[in-house]
Amino acid sequence: MGRAKELLKNKNAVTLIALAAAYAVVAWMLYSGHITRQFTNMIIPMSMYIVLAVSLNLVVGFLGELNLGHAGFMSVGLFTGCLLSISLADKLPLIARLPLCMLVGGICAGLFGFAVGMPALRLKGDYLAIVTLACGEIVKNIITNLNVTGGARGLNTQPIYSGAKALLPYAVVLVFLTVIVMMHIKKSKQGRAIMAIRDNRIAAESIGLNVTYYKLTVFIIAAFFAGAAGALYGHYFANVKAVTFDYNMSIEILVIVVLGGMGSVRGSVIAAVVLQALPEIFRDFGDYRMLIYAVVLILAMLLTNSPRLAPLRQKLSSVRLGKAKETGGENHGTA
Amino acid sequence: MAPLENSRATAKLVPQQRTWYVPERDADKPPILECIGLGVNFGGLSAVKDFDLTLGPTEIAGLIGPNGAGKTTVFNLLTKVYEPTHGTILFDGKDTHNMTTAGISHAGMARTFQNIRLFANMTVEQNITVAMDREIKYSLLSGIVHGPGWKRKEKEAHDKAMDFLSIFNMEQYAGARAGSLPYGAQRRLEILRALSTKPKLLLLDEPAAGMNPSETAELTENIRLIRDRFEIAVLLIEHDMNLVMNLCEGICVLNFGEVIAKGSPEDIQQDPAVIEAYLGRKEA
Amino acid sequence: MIEFIKTLISGLGLGSIYALIALGYTMVYGIAKMLNFAHGDVIMVGAYAGIVAFTSAGLPPVFTVFLSVLVCTLLGVTIEHFAYKPLRGASSLSVLITAIGMSYLLQNLALMIFGSQQKAYPQYVKLGQVSLGAVTVDGITLLTLGVTACIMVGMSLFINRTKLGKAMRAVAEDRGAAELMGISVDRTIALTFAIGSALAAVASMCYGLTYVYIKPTTGAMPGIKAFTAAVFGGIGSLPGAMLGGIALGVIEQMAKTYISPLWADAIVFAVLVLVLVVRPTGLLGKEIQEKV
Repeated sequence: MGRAKELLKNKNAVTLIALAAAYAVVAWMLYSGHITRQFTNMIIPMSMYIVLAVSLNLVVGFLGELNLGHAGFMSVGLFTGCLLSISLADKLPLIARLPLCMLVGGICAGLFGFAVGMPALRLKGDYLAIVTLACGEIVKNIITNLNVTGGARGLNTQPIYSGAKALLPYAVVLVFLTVIVMMHIKKSKQGRAIMAIRDNRIAAESIGLNVTYYKLTVFIIAAFFAGAAGALYGHYFANVKAVTFDYNMSIEILVIVVLGGMGSVRGSVIAAVVLQALPEIFRDFGDYRMLIYAVVLILAMLLTNSPRLAPLRQKLSSVRLGKAKETGGENHGTA
Repeated sequence: MAPLENSRATAKLVPQQRTWYVPERDADKPPILECIGLGVNFGGLSAVKDFDLTLGPTEIAGLIGPNGAGKTTVFNLLTKVYEPTHGTILFDGKDTHNMTTAGISHAGMARTFQNIRLFANMTVEQNITVAMDREIKYSLLSGIVHGPGWKRKEKEAHDKAMDFLSIFNMEQYAGARAGSLPYGAQRRLEILRALSTKPKLLLLDEPAAGMNPSETAELTENIRLIRDRFEIAVLLIEHDMNLVMNLCEGICVLNFGEVIAKGSPEDIQQDPAVIEAYLGRKEA
Repeated sequence: MIEFIKTLISGLGLGSIYALIALGYTMVYGIAKMLNFAHGDVIMVGAYAGIVAFTSAGLPPVFTVFLSVLVCTLLGVTIEHFAYKPLRGASSLSVLITAIGMSYLLQNLALMIFGSQQKAYPQYVKLGQVSLGAVTVDGITLLTLGVTACIMVGMSLFINRTKLGKAMRAVAEDRGAAELMGISVDRTIALTFAIGSALAAVASMCYGLTYVYIKPTTGAMPGIKAFTAAVFGGIGSLPGAMLGGIALGVIEQMAKTYISPLWADAIVFAVLVLVLVVRPTGLLGKEIQEKV
């Protein structure tokens, strides 16, 4: 009993247990067939968005740098990973091929993250944001124009296509890996250094932190996970086009991170699920669904962030007494 | 002494005539800090000029002067937040001109800031442990997988942090968000954060600002205790003359970026140039 | 040589459109300290307003332009009032996300009302081809250039010579101090949005007359490019936005003509990255030294 209570006090443990339970239910439904087609189609994309949001949170929430090119990282991993996978399709079974391709995709994306991180050392705020956006667009443009990636028609991933049932175990492993790594980093000396750079760069330098090293590390790790997610995601389609992974997608991931709470791993997971589910929930509204999504997004931001509504929020939170809400640092950002 | 315009080229230094004295107990030891002809120009305006200073390894010294005299600028030059345009800084016998701000910290100089710069969204304990970055040794991989050593080293860091916090009786705040602390406590935490980098020289920028007389008296005592316990040098900027005169063994007075007086508290109090800088010239 | 001049002129035309949009971005950034991501979509609304006014309602060209400006101005002020004003003082990221939400909202509203099919912008100004010596260029391009030049001169005069312009510069410099000097920050910011959106309406006219076809997502790419241009020139700086916009347009056209239309975007963005790495605050942006 005592141990269980102790475990419940540990926020990270609660998050992991809840996540595991959710995946257990999903897996049972998927493999036993108690599931609609619509829901099946959501499982893999939702898992990918969890990975993307949690890894982007490392850059935006922990390091405090605005990154508008996260989809570009994913794209690099997707195309390198899938090209490798296609070339190995006849030689290796999925169980060996997919992890290998995810690793390779992750590493390639990590290298790209390093390249994007370099200017990040000199640039601040919006200037960095625009450079990350530009890098994402450059990647999109390059991949669209290369023959090896199928050009504008997209890469034919028919040979390596796998359905949700085949991909779920890998997706679950990747999600857990990402979530656990982020949780661990937060509680390590590296995580402290990263957050210190976010809170006050000058003070961070004055206590001897190597800002260059930590910033690059963050960009590389975030890109690695986005790339690994991309490599997996590519296997879910029969054809992938680079234009899908443009700045709009990067923004979509950023929205998840901000709504989930800066620096909160759990928040990113929840927001990824909710925001991916919203358009599906509103499917009955037909054409109105994206409209409703937009309105919900604006209202959510106004309700949670408007200084004018602060008294109202306080009232609400005192009603939900005891429900500790994780809030990260929010007084840093694009300015 | 003439300003060293092209000091970058003169790597070898000749012994300078000491224009500053150190406490008797430090007389035979090499100085921890020597500034020779230090200066900086901002867009043609010279903010600090011909700044000379020698500091003994266990000395507590004060840097005073009217607002805008360039005191904080001296700190920024010492810690390489600004790059000096003239002169040389010898810290612990080493020329610092190729060092970065982080490198200065590694060499053993730590500072606090006039406008408090804590890591406001981190806990009080994290503010201390993050400053032990170089002392807590485990790899990035170990930090990611929480491998062997991680737990032990984090425990060590925690114990050390609590030890540091006990200097100012702040253990009960360990889990609080640093930004939520009262002003005085934030100032104290900043001193502890600087201390936990294991410095040889501690630079304090207005440590008593915003404190009441009893808090200031306590702080005075604590700074002395810190010096005795860690055997380090302290250079502080302060407007509270009580604290400065009580605590400092040597004092350097700046006005308009130039040193106008140096000496013991007694000398400074008598110095006509200092009196003029603070009170203005008496009209004849 | 003739091809080069032609490319240069069409680049200037495209750059003018970017510059007009970039002005809106940079003014709002300088004064309200926020990235108005929905600004690009205001152009799309302006273009649809033009289509409705001319094609559906049959208004004469002058009224069409006037109506389009009016709609955009009102839209800009309304968005500011309901979506951004309540967030004044909140973190800049939350404002950014709200602006993104607003962008989605405008696009989807347009999608509902006008459908996903592209619509033709009425060509109410017909100038045909104009010959300048050996070079033949589109009359519309010259019109765009002329209009933009006039607006730029007008804006410079407004910002530097009028009382309202002075108030805007004061708010941009220090909001708190401006307020203490009796300047209404709220009204100044509203005015900034009004002007920025009116310029977007003008841009929508130039865009529509040049590129003809309008879709609900029409504003997105020019919006992003113009935002890039504003940063390129140094965000917050009006001359920077003009210079950045023109430079971006010319680079894009040159890349299209001399390298490959397929690689034009990559080249534009690569130049941007290089410039920012060399000059971290853009071409004309001021470097702000943090006070320690």
